[in-house]
Amino acid sequence: MALIDFANPSRFVALVERVLPWLVVATLFTFGVGLYQTFFIAPDDYQQGATVKIMFIHVPSAWLGMFCWGLMSLASLGTLVWRHPLADVAAKSAAPIGAAFTFLCLVTGSLWGRPMWGTYWVWDARLTSVLVMFLMYLGLIALWRSVDDPARAGRAAAILTLVGAVNLPIIKFSVDWWNTLHQPASVFRLGGPTIDPSILVPLAWMAIAFTLLFVTLHLAAMRTEILRRRIRTLRLMQVHSAQGA
Amino acid sequence: MQLVGSDLVCVRGGRPVFSGLGFAVATGQALVVSGPNGAGKTSLLRMIAGLLRLEAGRIDLRGGASELTTAEQAHFLGHQDALKSALTVTENLQFWTRYLGAGGVGAALDAVGLGGLAELPAGYLSAGQRRRLSVARLLAIKRPIWLLDEPTAALDVSGQGRLAELMHKHLAGGGMIVAATHGPLGIDADKELRLGL
Amino acid sequence: MDALAAVFIRDMRIATRIGGGALMGVLFFLAVVILLPFAIGPDLALLRRIGPAILWIGALLASLLALDRLFAADHEDGSLDLILLGRSPLELVIIAKALSHWLTTGLPLVLVSPVLGLFLNLEPVAIGAVMLTLLIGTPALTFIGVIGAALAVMLRRGGLLLPVLVLPLTIPVLIFGVSAANAAVVGPVPFATPLAILGALTLMSLVVGPVAAAAALRQGSE
Repeated sequence: MALIDFANPSRFVALVERVLPWLVVATLFTFGVGLYQTFFIAPDDYQQGATVKIMFIHVPSAWLGMFCWGLMSLASLGTLVWRHPLADVAAKSAAPIGAAFTFLCLVTGSLWGRPMWGTYWVWDARLTSVLVMFLMYLGLIALWRSVDDPARAGRAAAILTLVGAVNLPIIKFSVDWWNTLHQPASVFRLGGPTIDPSILVPLAWMAIAFTLLFVTLHLAAMRTEILRRRIRTLRLMQVHSAQGA
Repeated sequence: MQLVGSDLVCVRGGRPVFSGLGFAVATGQALVVSGPNGAGKTSLLRMIAGLLRLEAGRIDLRGGASELTTAEQAHFLGHQDALKSALTVTENLQFWTRYLGAGGVGAALDAVGLGGLAELPAGYLSAGQRRRLSVARLLAIKRPIWLLDEPTAALDVSGQGRLAELMHKHLAGGGMIVAATHGPLGIDADKELRLGL
Repeated sequence: MDALAAVFIRDMRIATRIGGGALMGVLFFLAVVILLPFAIGPDLALLRRIGPAILWIGALLASLLALDRLFAADHEDGSLDLILLGRSPLELVIIAKALSHWLTTGLPLVLVSPVLGLFLNLEPVAIGAVMLTLLIGTPALTFIGVIGAALAVMLRRGGLLLPVLVLPLTIPVLIFGVSAANAAVVGPVPFATPLAILGALTLMSLVVGPVAAAAALRQGSE
């Protein structure tokens, strides 16, 4: 089994089907450990009580949202520069998963802030940056769906992904600036108090669990996308042969 | 100068339109590409022009200017005429000569019989006249390789005759032509390529 | 160089002869600036406070909506294919087109902003600040917008998809443009800082925009 297997769609699908059950087990296991750690090991916050434990979902979701855009950027380079056959499949499958994690981050952030802020949303700098990233994810998904030909859509999405990757740090910087201009008093930071080892270990477990979840979902989605494209090709062939040679 | 293509593959909508295609055409020769609609004639021309990426195979230009790509030594006459209605006939042609390099706008217009209409906005031209303006563009941009996609479409009989004459002159002057067509072009094809069979 | 000047002159000629583009943009800008007080109410103090923001939003929307025709016209009549056969780098050609587009669509917005500032009860310093920030920032909007215009050609789609894709990318320009305009009037940040950052964003977009757009046009011609 060589690296070339990753380039051949059929071999890739076979590989995924072999690996997926193990990944599911690993994901469930790490989530089990992580959640146990969250509820039984990590201490309550002296100010927020138990609600601080939302952080163990909120923070890894944010990381995964960004990680996913980074992954899509690599895949985009694969499409545009090296013309790897599975690159645009990887990018297309990753987008909805990344969007879902980003959405989860926004929802958990909002729920976490409600007890402290009194409302569901206060345009906190970090959450707002994530909101913009979520908007960009949605735009990217819309772009994927707007064109029937997957190859053409893949190239357009690759360019937009890379432009987005360049812009996301700039957007983060700009939103931070904007936030300091308009909220002179420091609003309670969602980061919570400084990272204590008793918080770090559960956080690490949850981060690993989320990453494994992402990989599992992503590989499954890639397999589905490959099969979807096969169906499309078969249908096109059927139409072409029905016209008569 | 020789233009050689080998093992070319064209894929559209997921299915191969042609594969393993090869051709060779040299200075002074005309390659005529024929075949039904959808056979890939336009795609082949666009591949040579560098507008369509090669899925497989290669297209080499031997003996041309080595610092220029094939695309930079070719000129493309497609289905559309690349005319801006708001500009005059002369301004349209002048833009292309300044952008793609070369000159002789007045002479080119006279050669296709549009000299009298030079200062008219291009929006007033008929379909045949627009086609002739595109041919004038071919003449003014003095590039050696002509890639013509159905050049006789929209031309009347005398226009087609004139075009055939100009093509002969181009070949005699050291140029080469690759033309996709349904019907006769009025020149002898040195090489032929049939697609879609 | 002569080739790029030819592109610039051709686009300027077409824009000035066909006309309408600048007027449409200005009318849309006017419409937005008029709509907002209807929604907010005629409280002059409030309008004066958020005036720079309203002007920036109006200019941003007017800029973006005008851009989708930038490459579409050339694509439809076959000019784009021939442009790709040229000897000049496509990125520079795009800069030439974007420049002519800004002069005929973006600059009129800048010039009309003082009049619209009067509707919002802005004081002269604010009007001047808004004009200056728009002058520096609208080219950034154009250069970012060419990415959307090129993707529109690549996808053969128009409609709202492209503004939706491009709008998040313009957020930094909006933030610093309004921030600079406000800083000139109110403080607390000195005017020069956000203005300089705005200028930096314009210069960055001058590079990123045309490079991405050129990639999209090359891919899209297939």
